[in-house]
Amino acid sequence: MLLSITGLSKSFPGTRALDNVTFNLEAGEVHALLGENGAGKSTLIKCLTGAYQRDAGEILLNGQAIHPRSTNEAQDLGIGTVYQEVNLLPNLSVAQNLLFGREPLRFGMTRGRAMRAEAEETLRTYGLDIDVTRDLGSYSVAVQQIVAIARAVQLSGKVLILDEPTASLDAEEVRMIFEVVRSLRDRGLGIIFVSHFLDQVFDLTDRLTVLRNGQHIVTERTSSVDRMQLIEHMLGHQLEEVEEKARSARGSEPDARPELLRFEGLGRRGDVEPFDLRVGQGEVIGLAGLLGSGRTESAEIMFGARAAQSGTARDADGAIAIDTPRNAIAAGFGFAPEDRKTDGIVADLSVRENIILALQASRGWARPIPRSEQKRLADMFIYRLDIRTSDAEKAVGALSGGNQQKVVLARWLAMNPRFLILDEPTRGIDVGAHAEILLLIQEMTAEGMSILVISSELDELIAISDRVIVVRDRRHVAELTGADIDRDTIVRSIAAPDAADGKAA
Amino acid sequence: MSRTLLRIAPQAITLVVLVALISVVFPGFLDISISDGRLVGPAIDILKRGASVALLAVGMTLVIATRGIDLSVGAIIAICGAIAAWGITNDYSLGTTLMMAVAAGLLAGLWNGTLVAVIGIQPIVATLILMTAGRGVAQLITEGRILTFSNDQFAYLGSGDLFGIPVPALLWPVTGVLFAIAMRRTALGLLIEAVGINRRASALAGINATLLLIAVYMASGFCAALAGIITTADIRGADANNAGLWLELDAILAVVIGGNSLMGGRFSIAASLLGAMIIQTIDTGILLAGFPSEYNLVIKAGLVIAILILQSPRLGATWTYWRYALFSRQRGGATQAVREGQE
Amino acid sequence: MKRILTLAAAAVAFGAAASAQTVGFSQIGSESGWRAAETTLTRLQAEERGIDLRFSDAQQRQENQIAAIRSFIAQGVDAILLAPVVATGWDSVLEEAQEAEIPVVLLDRMVDSDPSLFLTAVGSDLVHEGSVAGQWLVDAVAGEECRVVELQGTTGSSPAIDRANGFREAIAEHGNIEIVRSQTGNFTRTEGKEVMESFLQAEGGGADICAVYAHNDDMAIGAIQAIEEAGLNPGEDILIVSIDAVPDIFLAMAEGNANATVELTPNMAGPAFDALEAYWADGTIPPNFIQTESRLYTQDDDPMAEYEARRDLGY
Repeated sequence: MLLSITGLSKSFPGTRALDNVTFNLEAGEVHALLGENGAGKSTLIKCLTGAYQRDAGEILLNGQAIHPRSTNEAQDLGIGTVYQEVNLLPNLSVAQNLLFGREPLRFGMTRGRAMRAEAEETLRTYGLDIDVTRDLGSYSVAVQQIVAIARAVQLSGKVLILDEPTASLDAEEVRMIFEVVRSLRDRGLGIIFVSHFLDQVFDLTDRLTVLRNGQHIVTERTSSVDRMQLIEHMLGHQLEEVEEKARSARGSEPDARPELLRFEGLGRRGDVEPFDLRVGQGEVIGLAGLLGSGRTESAEIMFGARAAQSGTARDADGAIAIDTPRNAIAAGFGFAPEDRKTDGIVADLSVRENIILALQASRGWARPIPRSEQKRLADMFIYRLDIRTSDAEKAVGALSGGNQQKVVLARWLAMNPRFLILDEPTRGIDVGAHAEILLLIQEMTAEGMSILVISSELDELIAISDRVIVVRDRRHVAELTGADIDRDTIVRSIAAPDAADGKAA
Repeated sequence: MSRTLLRIAPQAITLVVLVALISVVFPGFLDISISDGRLVGPAIDILKRGASVALLAVGMTLVIATRGIDLSVGAIIAICGAIAAWGITNDYSLGTTLMMAVAAGLLAGLWNGTLVAVIGIQPIVATLILMTAGRGVAQLITEGRILTFSNDQFAYLGSGDLFGIPVPALLWPVTGVLFAIAMRRTALGLLIEAVGINRRASALAGINATLLLIAVYMASGFCAALAGIITTADIRGADANNAGLWLELDAILAVVIGGNSLMGGRFSIAASLLGAMIIQTIDTGILLAGFPSEYNLVIKAGLVIAILILQSPRLGATWTYWRYALFSRQRGGATQAVREGQE
Repeated sequence: MKRILTLAAAAVAFGAAASAQTVGFSQIGSESGWRAAETTLTRLQAEERGIDLRFSDAQQRQENQIAAIRSFIAQGVDAILLAPVVATGWDSVLEEAQEAEIPVVLLDRMVDSDPSLFLTAVGSDLVHEGSVAGQWLVDAVAGEECRVVELQGTTGSSPAIDRANGFREAIAEHGNIEIVRSQTGNFTRTEGKEVMESFLQAEGGGADICAVYAHNDDMAIGAIQAIEEAGLNPGEDILIVSIDAVPDIFLAMAEGNANATVELTPNMAGPAFDALEAYWADGTIPPNFIQTESRLYTQDDDPMAEYEARRDLGY
């Protein structure tokens, strides 16, 4: 056993972050450490890296008890860490970052050429052939992440902790990192892998350990666990509750709801053919379909982000204008777009400013929201949506995907809209935030808000929707209600032109 | 308030150091005397001569905050100056003349803003059109000559003084403060920053980005019109060929020295104004020091480079690096440095 | 002006005797008032002599000028006037003109081509202009101590270099005159004023300055304003001498604010047409360079009349 932790406990005023936790790591394995936010993962890691001092328990490294008091001490012992946000200096060269603090010296001066050669050689063993004299910041996050890993391995060399290293990477970059991780495993390192992405956990790890509320829940071989089991371990019974509630709510007939909005003949050539849609008060409408089927286009047309060539929208009082987002917002609409980073958040602005942005825009520039009111709104939503940020003044771009999504949701909740469109609200966010957002959708509809959800995850749509519209080839092809909302029917509607038995819209 | 002070501290420190440097070369640099009831001295000259660039920097700050750039302000100075001189020599009242000049500046801004926000031309290209064509327009108005006038009321705006302080030296701080209030006491500042950082997301949040962009270019045109008026009033004539020539570059430099990112977003008008004063202090300092004129541009470039390097984030990182690399090797200070570097 | 008119009248009589000639004129552009006046005077001169003038404005671009000259050659004009925007790159187009047997006269600026490629060049001697200004100052101070500040033209430009050198030649023998400060004002009023303000600051509020030498009138006008605003009397407390003789400096002279200016005549076309007419009449080859007069004007030369004579030339 490379690393063995027994009876580890750590308390903070008011909470017991770790309670008698056991954890083992073998040399030559990748071990996933899983759990929701607040489950105790980061406390465990901080105890390992010396950032926290444990209250009780024992940590054995190669059979010897260790008591790291600082990150540097942990490093010297052989435990290195790589974080989600690259923890290096982007304005220095790759070589400088890699050899920081142990540059080859001659007469007290660093030797540029020797440094460069050493850096190049090191990185080549990671399959990276790059110009090490360029600024680290000029390379992709994946390359930076690999440099960070290389640095951590060189400094420590026994245990490597990867704390959500893939959170901001795309699929190809994730593959690059995984190759590096596997080669390190084959070299005999013990690797602890922290991630919220279950696919990656199944793809990469040999064993997994789940923590919940500071307690050790289970340690198993990854290959012997199935996905639903794993989620249950992590969430307890939270997700089941969501589905339970949804099913009970779905009892009432959709037609019994008072009508809130009615879209007629809305369409735009090349994007989506004219469709009708009626929206009931407090109803959740799911929009299912493949990527590029016209589902996002439908949403954008309803919000005025894409100009409709035909069609009208009306509510109980008559026609409403939805030709621009401003008009749609004035009509009580909200829209959380699919691509959070480019269309949703304003990255350099603070959490507070992002939350009040739509409200401020609708009040007009001449009537600024008082600073105290902004602060109150921001703090309220940070609390209510459990947005994890150090404070309301932190730049949104620095938050994790799930928290960014919550900020965008908060922006619209601050407007108290009557019709909210959510395009892929749970994509790319961790499993805990996922459940929270689904719960939130239910809370909001209970208060009378109507919501349209677009999602690629059918289970999610089935769990929350009162009605599901299926979009295929830029047409709304089926509308499913009640008992028809099940996986098979939806999949059949999406796949086969003639198999759908819902009424075409 | 303290946040603002913190933001402009680097520029303020740079200005103080610069003044100290020049005082060594030219000891009387900070002397201010009173002659004929008006304050006289190099420092007063800087406040007065820097007025054009400072005014331009106010508008330019806003344009750059939206991730744009306005290359046409120098040409707008020429146009507005020409219109002002034309108006006053054709016996329009001073009020009418000034209104015509300001209207021309706003119109020029409307043109730029429309090209950028409605038609979607890149700002650098859109404003380049007026930059090249504008001077021609100004020449048409002055018929290619220096349009001289002798209206003392108008000239007062350029070379008169109020409570002993030259009028231009009062005009730019007042303009700067009014704009800063308009930005920070309303939501305009926030909305401009949001549009500059992410125009699409801002539009989807209901911000009228198109209108805001046009307004920002019009503000820039307005500031350029004011600069054109004082430039013309100062020399009692409109010189279409030379008025405001290359000033757009000084204005952009002022904004950059003010620490505002050309990538848009967060901005500080106060810091840009300090940037403008830094540039003018260099210019005036060079003139006073009495170097041969061949060295003017080299000295200015050298100082500007030094200032920009001192303000660069990379230098901060390198400094941290060396500090720890050389002095804290034994204590494994590297990660410590990394953490500080992240701050 | 009266003199020019008489000359022109004679020329008209002469020109009418010969058959109407066609002359192409490739002008640099209209970047300054002086340039505009040169264009106006060239048109006037041509009109008075009955010459058909084809005018082309190159807008500061050599390729426009070369295109214009080729087009003049194709039209078969009798002569070409060229105010070249740059000094180099003219050989081939001048050779084309020579092959077509069309004489080319350069105005105002020189080119680096072989002198055989053009008939003659009309221009002023910039060094001479500077020395005329310097000589005036030598005479004006009559041996008394005089500290001079100099407002230079654009650094590195030939007028700035030559006018500086000419002035220094003229005062070289006179130890009582000393240039104490020298800075560029880029030929503009604004910078002339700005630089003068700093000179005043640096030289005891202006008390230590006896005279201003400006490389052009515009900078002198800016300097005059700076001196007035410093509470001194330009023209009396500080002497003002400059070069160009644009209308506004005569206005300043009439008000007693400026003392002297050296004319850079915009009438380059007059001597050029004179030379061309002699060439057409009997093949007289003019000298390689025809120097225009660098006339000195002072407050005694009826500045208001000079102003009136010039104000409509397009300066």
